[in-house]
Amino acid sequence: MHTATKTLRSGSLKEALKEIVKANRIINKLNCMIISDIRIKKYLVSLLLFGITFAQQAMALTPAQQISLATGDNDPRIAALSHVSELGDVSAVNFLQALLDDKVKTKGNAIYIVDDTTVTDALTGKATTLPDAVDDVVNNNQMRDELSATIASLNLLSKDSKVRLDAAKSLLGTDPSAGRLTLIKKVEKIETESTIKDILEQVSASIEITDNDKAVRMAAVKELGDSANPNNKEILSSRLEADGEADPEVKAAIRLALRSIESNMAIYDKIGQVFTGLSLGSILLLAALGLAVTYGLMGVINMAHGEMMMIGAYATYLVQDIFQHYMPNYFQWYLLLAVPFAFLVTALVGVILEKLVLRHLYGRPLETLLATWGVSLMLMQGVRSLFGAQNVSVENPAWMSGSLQLTANLILPYNRIFIIVFAMLVLMMLWLMITKTRLGLFIRAVTQNRGMASCTGVNTSKVDALAFGLGSGIAGLAGVALSQIGNVGPALGQSYIVDSFMVVVLGGVGQLAGAVYAALGLGIVSKFLEGIAGAVLAKIFVLVIIIIFIQKRPQGLFAFKGRSLD
Amino acid sequence: MQNSRFIKSMTVIAASIAIMGTSQIANAADTIKVGVLHSLSGTMAISETALKEMALMTIDEINKKGGVLGKQLEPVVVDPASDWPLFATKARQLLSQDKVAVTFGCWTSVSRKSVLPVFKELNGLLFYPVQYEGEELEKNVFYTGAAPNQQAIPAVEYLMSKKGGSAKRFVLLGTDYVYPRTTNKILRAFLHSKGITDADIMEEYTPFGHSDYQTIVANIKKFAAEGKKTAVISTINGDSNVPFYKELGNAGLKAKDVPVVAFSVGEEELRGVDTKPLVGELAAWNYFMSVKNPTNAAWIKEWSEYAKAKKLPTADKPLTNDPMEATYIGIHMWAQAVEKAKSTDTDKVIAAMAGQTFKAPDGFVVEMDPKNHHLHKPVMVGEVKADGQFNVVWKTPGPIKAQPWSPYIEGDDKKPDEPVM
Repeated sequence: MHTATKTLRSGSLKEALKEIVKANRIINKLNCMIISDIRIKKYLVSLLLFGITFAQQAMALTPAQQISLATGDNDPRIAALSHVSELGDVSAVNFLQALLDDKVKTKGNAIYIVDDTTVTDALTGKATTLPDAVDDVVNNNQMRDELSATIASLNLLSKDSKVRLDAAKSLLGTDPSAGRLTLIKKVEKIETESTIKDILEQVSASIEITDNDKAVRMAAVKELGDSANPNNKEILSSRLEADGEADPEVKAAIRLALRSIESNMAIYDKIGQVFTGLSLGSILLLAALGLAVTYGLMGVINMAHGEMMMIGAYATYLVQDIFQHYMPNYFQWYLLLAVPFAFLVTALVGVILEKLVLRHLYGRPLETLLATWGVSLMLMQGVRSLFGAQNVSVENPAWMSGSLQLTANLILPYNRIFIIVFAMLVLMMLWLMITKTRLGLFIRAVTQNRGMASCTGVNTSKVDALAFGLGSGIAGLAGVALSQIGNVGPALGQSYIVDSFMVVVLGGVGQLAGAVYAALGLGIVSKFLEGIAGAVLAKIFVLVIIIIFIQKRPQGLFAFKGRSLD
Repeated sequence: MQNSRFIKSMTVIAASIAIMGTSQIANAADTIKVGVLHSLSGTMAISETALKEMALMTIDEINKKGGVLGKQLEPVVVDPASDWPLFATKARQLLSQDKVAVTFGCWTSVSRKSVLPVFKELNGLLFYPVQYEGEELEKNVFYTGAAPNQQAIPAVEYLMSKKGGSAKRFVLLGTDYVYPRTTNKILRAFLHSKGITDADIMEEYTPFGHSDYQTIVANIKKFAAEGKKTAVISTINGDSNVPFYKELGNAGLKAKDVPVVAFSVGEEELRGVDTKPLVGELAAWNYFMSVKNPTNAAWIKEWSEYAKAKKLPTADKPLTNDPMEATYIGIHMWAQAVEKAKSTDTDKVIAAMAGQTFKAPDGFVVEMDPKNHHLHKPVMVGEVKADGQFNVVWKTPGPIKAQPWSPYIEGDDKKPDEPVM
């Protein structure tokens, strides 16, 4: 103990660390023998941290070290990094982070750190100005990997347990250099929090798997096998290669460990597959719900349905643009406004379309089909003239990028979750609207028996217009969702119109529930097929399945029993 | 009597045709018409629109310096709308109706293949500015983009090197058409020659305009977890790249675990994508906007000013990329060749193109091969930075000669390194 503090004073951290580890070992032994006293350990950690802060002044990176880290080829730079972590030199973190963030510039042997506007000379630490024609420090993946791993291993010495935990997590699955291993081993011994310790054990196991001692290797294999981490799977299976493990006993253990990881992963893989199916299904559902109203309930074959989605997506784009220009602070929440805006715009277009065109064509499906197809072409050209033929970019709000990591191999992207929830909400609203409101009652009455409804005093032409507006508005909502996952261009609707009709026809005309089952079923089946046969063939298979199904059962999954279909 | 009247009327018709003909020639004498054949709508518009603008800028630049043969160039822009048969129709229109002296255009190989018969039949001249799969050498085409040995092969060699992460397993992912299929055929043969077996290669294709990459990204993850360092080679083309990279970012597939090297993604394609999660993903090209040299700086400046002056929608963030550079080189080389040939006649220009040189923004003097209609180009591998630009992490010391016939495809070694007349 005493020697450790002494060495610290003299400024050599490496020696100090060695002393501390030595002392730690002795204390551990003492602990076992006399009393388990956590306080001593805590004291040790704080002493170590004190030592590091102390050492920080004494031994920041030397200019020579900085130059060797920032210039030259990858291999010598990596060697320099390994040396830094071996020393456990925490003062290096800032400089390494600047390197990682591409903030470091060099000119000859001069090194500058450029942070927005301020420029510091890294060697002297003084503010300066950037000379002309400086070189960027180029970090490729290999270098970045090494840099972030070194920073993480140095962060293991942090006082903040959260920083330590994050650092330990990010070290999982990297293959540590010899320098980092020494540091990790040291830290593993003094770490007090069990979660961090567990992770560190895994990290060191992934290195010890190449140890010379068979017992160490066996222990490492067991440690790795207990986790469901695909990274560990990669490490283990690479040991089964020809130049890997030679001992048959260890080999068998590796195979066993691999099997346990695989069975763990397989469950989550299945869940992931169902999730992607649900996500596709919810997109199909959104696309088809509006059509379920206009085609399913009203019997209008609306070929311009896809264009309603396109208009909805462009409405989202407009709202996003307005937020970007006038309210950049609230940009994260533009979707809240985009949803009602897209609904209203497309509903309005729908009502106008009904009043101007469809009204005169009721009962003439062929003419309706042709007329709405013409309208769809006009709408597309209109958007092309207004916004240009190129795709426009709709940015996701930040809370929709990224993903929810449930386990190492089950990752659910936020935007997909959002769309599933959104589809469910739209479905619920529509269902409430149709079954619980007066308008819904009228719509059902008119679709079931127009003459009778009219006799009882329902203004059928108004109901027609509103119902069509409702269907179009829902298509607009689908457009909002689509703008978050795909490209927004004038031809957006074209790629969904076939799918929407497929869902409605498969589900059974005149049924909302049918559309729901058909959409989710199609989603899951096509994702399942895609997994087996690839995207191109899956599309063909799905179409073939639907053709056969419709031939056997023309009325779809759920037949509507009523007089309207005679 | 009858006969003489017939002759008379025939003479009148012939004379009027002759007059019409001369009037057309008289018109044509003022300017030289130049065709620009790029998709300005549809799935490829994301990539090709910038090429049209670059072509117009270059034509502008040449016109300001006095044009070619003392005549101004007159661009004729058509939009084939990412519709492959329409490319052939528009090409025919350019050649027989507008009588263009040369056409700059096409991005996808399928569009090039569909205009090829037209250019051969009417003996037109096409400058094709995009990297492609090779396996083609036509008298009527000059290829200013890269052949496989100038892009695909070096990129894979980089991935297999220690610096590139020593990848041992490969996912070949592409859009379903001739370029990705052929490139992957070459790459598979190349990987075999490096001792990589079929078990370590996964090949997947998606249709044009595909937008749901969930399953594919999940499959890549699964494949990568089966052991050994994995890399993805993407030949996805067009706007599908946006959902693909979004999905990669959202699914947490990081470049340091599974790097993706793309052959058709440059600065322009990443415009609408949040590149922060994509830092470290790779692209292989012959030019990157981030290349530092005076020629490039001047070119970027010229482009930015042009974009501003023309109020292009991209003017607030002007970007240059490899196919734009290839377009720029192509138009300049053609102008030089016309000056040398003192004519816009297709055959004379083709002869004059051999050995043309041009100081390119990539920092080298690039040369048109005397025989094989391809440029000698440097190869660069870049990694995506957080701002959507690329860090050049590897490059060849100088330009290398193109091999349109890949040595990795059987029988190609017997094919001559020049167009067969």
